[in-house]
Amino acid sequence: MSRVLMKGNEAFGEGAIRAGCRHFFGYPITPQSELPHFLARRLPEIGGVYLQAESEVAAINMVYGAAAAGARVLTSSSGPGISLMQEGISYMAGAELPCVIVNVMRGGPGLGNIAPSQGDYFQATRGGGHGDYRMSVLAPATVQEIIEMMQEAFDLADRYRNPVMVVGDGILGQMMEPVEMEEGTLPSPPPKPWATVGLGGRTQPNIINSLYIVPEVNEERNWALAAKYDTMKVAEQRWEEYRLEDAETVLVAFGTVARIAKAVVDRARKAGIAAGLIRPITLWPFPEKAFLRAGRAERFLVVEMNLGQMVEDVRLTVNGGFPIHFYGRPGGTVPTVREVFAELQKVMEVSAGGQNHF
Amino acid sequence: MARTIFKRPQALTDKPFSYCPGCTHGIIHRLVAQAIDELGLREKTVGVCPVGCAVFAYDFFNVDMIQAAHGRAPAVATGVKRVLPDRFVFTYQGDGDLAAIGTAEIVHAASRGERISTIFVNNAVFGMTGGQMAPTTILGQKTTTTPFGRNKETAGYPLRMAELLSTVEGAVYVARVSVHNPGNVLRAKRAIKTAFEVQQRGLGFSLVEVLSTCPTNWGLSPVEALAWLEKNMLPVYPLGEFKKPAEFSEGGETAC
Repeated sequence: MSRVLMKGNEAFGEGAIRAGCRHFFGYPITPQSELPHFLARRLPEIGGVYLQAESEVAAINMVYGAAAAGARVLTSSSGPGISLMQEGISYMAGAELPCVIVNVMRGGPGLGNIAPSQGDYFQATRGGGHGDYRMSVLAPATVQEIIEMMQEAFDLADRYRNPVMVVGDGILGQMMEPVEMEEGTLPSPPPKPWATVGLGGRTQPNIINSLYIVPEVNEERNWALAAKYDTMKVAEQRWEEYRLEDAETVLVAFGTVARIAKAVVDRARKAGIAAGLIRPITLWPFPEKAFLRAGRAERFLVVEMNLGQMVEDVRLTVNGGFPIHFYGRPGGTVPTVREVFAELQKVMEVSAGGQNHF
Repeated sequence: MARTIFKRPQALTDKPFSYCPGCTHGIIHRLVAQAIDELGLREKTVGVCPVGCAVFAYDFFNVDMIQAAHGRAPAVATGVKRVLPDRFVFTYQGDGDLAAIGTAEIVHAASRGERISTIFVNNAVFGMTGGQMAPTTILGQKTTTTPFGRNKETAGYPLRMAELLSTVEGAVYVARVSVHNPGNVLRAKRAIKTAFEVQQRGLGFSLVEVLSTCPTNWGLSPVEALAWLEKNMLPVYPLGEFKKPAEFSEGGETAC
């Protein structure tokens, strides 16, 4: 076990290497640049491949080829670049190819800015690209968690033969925190007999494809994918609970904002308010099960660095059962503990006033 | 005693081609497959097929195949080759695929000197989507989106990809061939084989542009289409080897 100080963006890279990833294709964009910087140095040292593509469009298609050839492969970007990658992500979902995509989110829409944001939640969890598909989305909140979650991301990708996105934001990417890393041997990814690696004695060619021109055949294909996504929905929900057992006001926040929300919960508890936190770790599948466990909840306060995106999943999950409040800061601004606590107090007052929130 | 002098290449499946009558994709497929067979590459080949008429190439080539998004085949092939540098990797792309939406990918794959080979089929029109103008459509040529003929004032000039790519340093073998008559078919075969050998020797990127017909979208019979190619395309798209590694020139044999 070694303890080192590491930047979040570098931890994405180190975590990928520890997960057995030896191939990276990407295109520079702030605020994730330390990730490619780190891998451009590290991957060649360990016999891997770092390649800077001519665009995000090319990068994700290099990932497509590398995944088809059976490799554990990574790319990373930020909002505007992820938008360009959506075509390739849809193709990978269609062709059932595993890969990991890191999105260190920045303020948008358009060129926006390079400040931390959670404005890509819809893009990540709703597909983003064309067609009916789903993708696991993981949201770490600490640098330590990034290291561990990259292993999880590659395992999920291989288990379901599907792209996996890991989302952070400019704060998480740029901050340095101590991390503990276990020494150990590399994980061995599962065998991939479907990969296009040359016949090598096989009699039947392997074909990687997402074209099913006959509507009924394509429908059949979509139903088969849906069954896979349904399995993921049941088996792959991850979340963290904080002081949830007796919480009457439950904050819901992910990533960096969950750390702020946690401090708000502590402050509320000191003020005698029974607050708790649900931190979704998988944004898709959304951790619906966490809400079943919030048995004493009377209201939810969703806090995000956007105009209100995850709040829609909370509404779908709670389905009218409780009042849902939202507090958000979009465009690359970050809410403070003080202002979220003030919002929490406001929510409590509204409740005390007996207003109908439905 | 009977002796086999001509048979279907091993690198082709038994599936009959689904191309329109008179389309030369079938000939070009056969040439690629023959080159793979003759160089003994079949067991180690990964092919990348395009969007457009040749998207079903994975049904015809009897090797591992990947279907790529429109224009992205060179990026996909790059990913494969970087993971498996000892495999033989080729892309098969039309002019809509390579010269329009995929211009960036082909230029940069060439520029990196990716050890891949590209078969670029140029029939001066978008085939599968319904005969629209391609970057390679020649001036005056009628298509569904240039109903009065391609006009340079509004639609610009035809793009000569072989000439363009031959200026890129990482591209080491660039040739343009045609398959409109038997002599040219044989020359095309030699160029394709040279391109593949260039990759096998690890010299860099290689591309063979093959002039091809599209009787359906040109509105011509198969025979008329071959004549149209010869009369109208050859002046705009001259045949030849635009770039060739020195070691291939020493033998004195020129492919075109």
